[in-house]
Amino acid sequence: MASNIPTDLRYTRSHEWVRKNADGTVTIGVTDHAQHALGDVVFVETPQAGRVLAAGEACAVVESVKAASDVYAPVAGTVVAANGVLADAPERVNSDPYGDGWLWCLAPGEDAAATALLAPAEYETLVAGGG
Amino acid sequence: MKDVGEYDGAGEATIFDRSRPGRTATAQLAPETLASLPPELRRRRRPELPEVSELQAVRHYTRLSQKNFSIDTQFYPLGSCTMKYNPRGSNHYAMLPEFLSRHPLAPVSMGQGLLACLYELQQMLCEVTGMEGVSLTPMAGAQGEFAGVAMIRAFHRARGDAARNEIIVPEAAHGTNPATATMCGMKVVEIPCNPDGDCDLEALRRAVGVNTAGVMLTNPSTLGVFERSISEIAAIARQAGALLYYDGANLNAILGKVRPGDMGFDVMHMNLHKTFSTPHGGGGPGAGAVGVGRRLLPYLPVPIVGRDATGYVWLDERDLPETIGRLSAFMGNVGVLLRAYIYMRMIGRDGMRRVAEYAVLNANYLLARLRRAGFEAAYPDRRASHEFILTLKREAAERGVTAMDFAKRLLDFGQHAPTVYFPQLVPECLLIEPTETEAKETLDGFVAAMTAILAETVTDPERVKTAPHRLPVRRLDDVRAAKHLDLVWKRPPGGDS
Repeated sequence: MASNIPTDLRYTRSHEWVRKNADGTVTIGVTDHAQHALGDVVFVETPQAGRVLAAGEACAVVESVKAASDVYAPVAGTVVAANGVLADAPERVNSDPYGDGWLWCLAPGEDAAATALLAPAEYETLVAGGG
Repeated sequence: MKDVGEYDGAGEATIFDRSRPGRTATAQLAPETLASLPPELRRRRRPELPEVSELQAVRHYTRLSQKNFSIDTQFYPLGSCTMKYNPRGSNHYAMLPEFLSRHPLAPVSMGQGLLACLYELQQMLCEVTGMEGVSLTPMAGAQGEFAGVAMIRAFHRARGDAARNEIIVPEAAHGTNPATATMCGMKVVEIPCNPDGDCDLEALRRAVGVNTAGVMLTNPSTLGVFERSISEIAAIARQAGALLYYDGANLNAILGKVRPGDMGFDVMHMNLHKTFSTPHGGGGPGAGAVGVGRRLLPYLPVPIVGRDATGYVWLDERDLPETIGRLSAFMGNVGVLLRAYIYMRMIGRDGMRRVAEYAVLNANYLLARLRRAGFEAAYPDRRASHEFILTLKREAAERGVTAMDFAKRLLDFGQHAPTVYFPQLVPECLLIEPTETEAKETLDGFVAAMTAILAETVTDPERVKTAPHRLPVRRLDDVRAAKHLDLVWKRPPGGDS
């Protein structure tokens, strides 16, 4: 099944997407491929606003009928906001992974720019390879 | 109103639906009324208990039991759970009246027989694992793990090394490992596996340091293969000042062959309900004995059974002042411990070796036959230990039939499903563990069912995707079950009060 991989986002090997916002913050979620592999999401835990994250730190949990999976911070920074809607409507991660199903918003730290993220084409190759 | 008493072979009304006011099982009524109880101690409302005849109760529960998919009725290859047969002999001897009637607060002089059994069980578990000391008190595997990591923490703190607050776990670890570390206030550091299933040693070397309290892993690993670089892993952990924790979930594969103590592990838990054949039933009662090497002996949870000139005695906080404490009232699940003891006495030293040999033989036989039938092994170049992983990613991609669909369809063929979607790093996986207690004909029956389902994915994939077809209930609403879990019967509005 072909995954939806928007061309205006950046990606990680662990299937998070990153969107740069106009105010310098970034929004983070899990990809369409990830939500499809997880199956129906029944619970989401997001990081608290104000929490300082290192790149690669496990900071959110997405639980589906199959498994509970950690979600990792793609870049270092401070959590600005989390998507509170998911507490009552975790299924948004399935229905709209790049929109209403966003997980948290982050103010990137100084060294965040150095973190290597995948371009859409690179992520597509990763997904096609069974990763 | 629906005639709830009628049995249609599928839906079974609840015992409350069968209830009629005033109906009782006369033979089981208390011989005296409770008139002598002071009024202030009596209930003001009747308890909401079902009122049925004895025969109705017997039939209801017998019918429910007949719907059970269990080790007593079906092949149960649930990977990493070691669903082996629980010998009736163990059950028989553990239920002797002398055991059943013993009060836990009775003087030790009156319970020397029980204490002797528990003492010998401790000794046998030390012998089979290569550990120096064992405590039987943890109530289940998860509590055994908790005890193990709590001892690692106590060890470092006693040396004044409070900076060690990280536990390293491989990505294929049981989910309980990171949970245990977190419960003990540790930070979890995950390291990847190589494509052939062994631990990534370079990643381990990078991960260890002055903050590493311990490394938790199991061998054979959850990928169903023996960790070949275990000696290097032990050396890396030791050089970093970290302790090595063995998750006993897969001990069945190496029983009587290799000992965790000899592999360099400092602490481990044993799932007696897996390896030593005590019942798993409904999530308990479990037994998660914990074993330690010399350095952790002072921290073992109490009580432990000791021996002095007077006979067998309880060892408690006075004997082990540095103990991490108590994890259960008295001595864990004593009835379960007795079953493990009797099982070990029945099979003996030679039997232990046979357990491992036949568990591994059965797994490799099943793997070879399933591969020949067209299934893809997740680690085709590795010999299986006691369990192995198939991946259905090709069937999922080409025919839209998933591991879950296979699991459901297997039920129609009278086979319990293997573990699905674990470990998570293998897409569309089945984790299959036949155990040593299955006959070749049973394994062949499973291969036949798997082969038939594989053929159906081509000829009639809808049949597989909509399974099960022959069970009392069809595909369950997993999402609703997870989000709106409702296990308690409530009186319907307008019902009798």
